[in-house]
Amino acid sequence: MNVNNQIELLAVFLILIGTIFTFLSAIGLIRLPDVYTRSHAASKSTTMGVLFTLVGTFVFFIVEGYFSIRLFLGIFFVFLTAPVASHVIVRSAYRSKVALTKESIQDDLREMLEKEKNGE
Amino acid sequence: MIGAILFCSLVLLNLSILATIYRLIKGPSAPDRIQALDVLGIQLISGVAIFSVLLRNTAFFEVILLVGILSFIGTIAYARYIERGVVIERKQSD
Repeated sequence: MNVNNQIELLAVFLILIGTIFTFLSAIGLIRLPDVYTRSHAASKSTTMGVLFTLVGTFVFFIVEGYFSIRLFLGIFFVFLTAPVASHVIVRSAYRSKVALTKESIQDDLREMLEKEKNGE
Repeated sequence: MIGAILFCSLVLLNLSILATIYRLIKGPSAPDRIQALDVLGIQLISGVAIFSVLLRNTAFFEVILLVGILSFIGTIAYARYIERGVVIERKQSD
């Protein structure tokens, strides 16, 4: 019984760590200057945070004696789709010519796209 | 102890949801707003998971799966709309 309590505490600490990751990513979402730089905060650390939270929930309910295949499927799906969604957003932002921030010094993709357009 | 930690994480999650809503309203361009909506969906999944631990109830797991799928499909549709002007492309020949 005591071991179960400790594993529950561990699961709840995993949830807390995940929420701290989400909070840091939200700070990045406010503070960063650009849609491209903001996508770093929006994709990486948010995915990490929700992954920690869902794994904590999973461990908590395993200790309770309930193995949920739906929650496992949800973890898998979120881990698979959140980076893809962020990539698609940034791609559409670049294709619809959202400007880079003034502090950025290099844009390699523009040269590649112009070379591709001239080659055709 | 467990309840206190869960309450702390809910407060942090609420603060981050408020920050994301600020970006959703303020965001200068449309991809900013779509990105904020995507992050909002993910944070909503996190909140539902915390509530299911807090209430010790396993009935919310379908909600997690459904919100994940709907948020992903909505993000993809918005991004395609911004990039190409249409969501579903049809063939020109017929």
